[in-house]
Amino acid sequence: MAINIDKTICVGCGACLKACPYDAIDMIGRKAIMNANCVHCGSCVDSCKFKAITSTASDAPKADLAEWKGILVFAETRDGAPAKVALELLGRGRGLADERKVPLYAALLGHQVEPLAQTLIAHGADVVLTVDDPQLAEFRTAPFCRALTGVIREIKPEIVLIGATVIGRDLAPRTANRLRTGLTADCTELAIEAASGLLLQTRPAFGGNVMATIICPNHRPQMSTVRPGVMKPLAADPNRKGEVKPVKIGLKDADLKVIVRETIRSAAKHVDLAEAQVIVAGGRGVGGAQQFGVVRDLAALLGGEIGASRAAVESGWIGHDHQVGQTGKSVSPKLYIALGISGAIQHLAGISGADFVVAVNRDPLAPIMKAADVAIVGDLHQVAPLLAAEIRRHRKEASA
Amino acid sequence: MNIIVTVKQVPDTNDVRIDPTTGTLIREGVPSIVNPEDRHAVELALELREAAGGGRVTVISMGPPQAEVALREVLAMGADEAILLSDRAFAGADTLATASALSYAIKKIGNFDLIICGRQAIDGDTAQVGPQLAEFLQIPQVTYVLTARFSYGGLLIERQTDSGTQRLTAPLPALLTCLKETNVPRIPTLPGCIGAYREKTFTVWSAKDIAAPAEQIGLKGSPTQVRRTFTPAPKGEGRILTGEPAATVRQTLDILLEKGLI
Ligand SMILES: Cc1cc2nc3c(=O)[nH]c(=O)nc-3n(C[C@H](O)[C@H](O)[C@H](O)COP(=O)(O)OP(=O)(O)OC[C@H]3O[C@@H](n4cnc5c(N)ncnc54)[C@H](O)[C@@H]3O)c2cc1C
Ligand SMILES: Nc1ncnc2c1ncn2[C@@H]1O[C@H](COP(=O)(O)O)[C@@H](O)[C@H]1O
Repeated sequence: MAINIDKTICVGCGACLKACPYDAIDMIGRKAIMNANCVHCGSCVDSCKFKAITSTASDAPKADLAEWKGILVFAETRDGAPAKVALELLGRGRGLADERKVPLYAALLGHQVEPLAQTLIAHGADVVLTVDDPQLAEFRTAPFCRALTGVIREIKPEIVLIGATVIGRDLAPRTANRLRTGLTADCTELAIEAASGLLLQTRPAFGGNVMATIICPNHRPQMSTVRPGVMKPLAADPNRKGEVKPVKIGLKDADLKVIVRETIRSAAKHVDLAEAQVIVAGGRGVGGAQQFGVVRDLAALLGGEIGASRAAVESGWIGHDHQVGQTGKSVSPKLYIALGISGAIQHLAGISGADFVVAVNRDPLAPIMKAADVAIVGDLHQVAPLLAAEIRRHRKEASA
Repeated sequence: MNIIVTVKQVPDTNDVRIDPTTGTLIREGVPSIVNPEDRHAVELALELREAAGGGRVTVISMGPPQAEVALREVLAMGADEAILLSDRAFAGADTLATASALSYAIKKIGNFDLIICGRQAIDGDTAQVGPQLAEFLQIPQVTYVLTARFSYGGLLIERQTDSGTQRLTAPLPALLTCLKETNVPRIPTLPGCIGAYREKTFTVWSAKDIAAPAEQIGLKGSPTQVRRTFTPAPKGEGRILTGEPAATVRQTLDILLEKGLI
C-alpha cells in the first residue's frame, strides 16, 4: 500500500496529524507532508474529510535494501552496567560486522549511561549511539521502543541483535512491528549466507525437537533476539577506540502512560548458571530432594553451581532457576557433570556451550552418553560420592 | 468490561518424537491442545469479568477449521463468544502476519477494554504475537504478567522481570501477556461443556470478512521465511567407562586432572 496526499486538495486542517499513530505527517506551509516515519498503515486516509489522502495498492519495488548497512546491538543495561548478554552480542556482532565489512553499532538507552559507552567499545563496538533521558532510567516498553526505533531509523543497520531476556522479548517484537520488519526469536546461532549476504538465524522449534534456520530476505533491518549464554564475548580491550554519538529522541506523552510503581528484586540467592565455570547437574535419576545432597556436595567441592533437568525441577526437588536447557538456562561452563540425566534433546540444547561434559548414568544407551566427553556407566549414588572422596584425597595429597 | 483473549491450538510438544532412523519429526498421533498459557489468559479474563461485575469475554483464534475444538474448550470454561479466523489466505503466517490478522479481526469486533494473550505458544516459544498485536492496535502492552486487578479506572499489575518483579499501573485499553503462575485455570463443568456447543455463539471469519489486505496476512504478509529445518547433530562421541566405580572414578579423575579441569 502507498499513501498519497494531494496538496491541491489539502486545506491544512491537521486532522490527519491527530489520526497518525506514527507521527509521520508534518504540517509545512499549511500542507500535510508525509515524513519517513510512515508505515502506510492507512489511518490517515479516513481522517481526511476533504479526501485529499488516498491509498493505492503498490507494486513499487521494495525499499532499497542496500541502503541498510551495519550491525546494531541493543546494549541492555542492568544495575548500572552493560548486561552480560549485551557483551555476548557485541562479541558475535563483531564477527558478523567483519564478515560484512561494515561497522558495529551499539544502542545505549537510559539515563546518565554515557560512562558505559567505553565498556561497549572495549568489547567490540565501533560506534555507540546514546539516548539519554530521565524517562529511560528504568525499562518501560513504550519509551524504549520509541528510542530504539529512532536510533534504527537514524543509522539504518542491516541487522539488529537484542538479548532474549525479559526486557528484550518485550521490546523487540514491538520495535520490529513498528519498523514492519521480521524478527526471529531466541536464536542460538547466527551466520551470514555467503551468496546472498543474508543473516541466517537458527533457533530451536517444536519444543527443541528440531532446529529451524530463518531468513528475512525482503525487509530491513533483519532482527533477532538471541539467547543469553550462547554467544561468547570478546576479551575487553581498554585501548580500543570508538565513537560516542548522542541521538535526540522526543518521547511522546502517550509513551508514558504505563507507570512503574515499585521494582522488587527477588531475595533468593541469585543462581548464576550462565556465568558458572563448573556446573554439577542432577536429573530424575537422583531420586529425591534429599538425595540431591550428592549433587550439592560435588558442586560445593568443585566451587560450582547446581544445575538440574526439567524432570528434577518439576518433581519439586530443586528450584526452577536451576533448570538447564531449552526452557531453562543455556550454560557454557568449562566442566559440566550430569548425574542421572538422560540427555533429552531439550536438555542438550542448553549445554552445547559446555567445554567438557562428564555424565554418570546406569543406562549406557542414554543419549547423554553420546553427548559426553567422559561417560561413566554406573549408579550415581556410588560414583558421585566416590568421585568427591577421590578429589578430596587428591587435594590432600597435593597439599601435603 | 469487554475482554478479548487470543487462543492458539498447538501440538502437545511433550509428545513430539523424533524418528530415530530418519531424524525427522513424527507428527502423527500428536494430540492438539489449547496452548497452556492461553488457558491461564482465559482464566484471568473470567476473573476480571467477575470482578467488574459483568461484561463479555470473547475468545479468538487464527488457525485451521479444527482449531474450533480449542475454542469450544475455552467456551466451556466460561468465555461468552468465540471467533475463528480460518482461511487459506491466513496460512503460512509468521508472528507479524498472525498479529496483523488478529488486529483486523479485533478492529472489526470494535469495542474492547482489554486484550489478554498467553506469553508464548509452546510450538514456537516466540512470545512475539502479543507485543506485535499491541503495536498494531496502538495500545500499551504489559508482558510477563503475574497478577492483574482493577484500580483507579486502570489496571494494577505485577509482572516478572529478569531480576525479580515489578508493580505497575496501566490505563485501559491495554494488552497483557500472562504467565502460568498467574492463576489456576478452572476445569470446564459438564453443563459448561454442553453450553459451549449448544448455546454460545461461534463464528468463523475469512480474510474478506475482516477486510484484511492480502499483502498483510499469511505468507505474503510474513517478512520472515524458514530456510531449512534440521535435527541438531549429536556431539562427537566421547569415552565410555564401564566397570567397578572405583576404577571408573579413578580414570575420570586422571582425565580431569590432565585437562586441568579440577
Ligand atoms: C517444550 C519442552 C521443553 C523442555 N525443556 C527442557 C529443559 O529446559 N531442560 C530439561 O532438562 N528438560 C526439558 N524438557 C524435558 C525433556 O524432554 C526431558 O523430559 C527431561 O530433560 C528429562 O529429565 P531427566 O533426564 O532428568 O529424566 P529422565 O529422562 O527420566 O532420565 C533419568 C536418567 O537417570 C538415569 N538414572 C536413574 N537412576 C540412576 C542412578 N541411580 N544412577 C545413575 N543414573 C540413573 C536413567 O537411566 C535415565 O537416563 C523439555 C521438554 C519439552 C517438551
Ligand atoms: N494463531 C493464533 N491465534 C490466536 N492467538 C495466537 C495465535 N498465535 C499466537 N497467539 C497468541 O499469542 C501468544 C504468543 O504466541 P507466540 O508469539 O506464537 O509465542 C499465544 O499465547 C496466543 O495467546
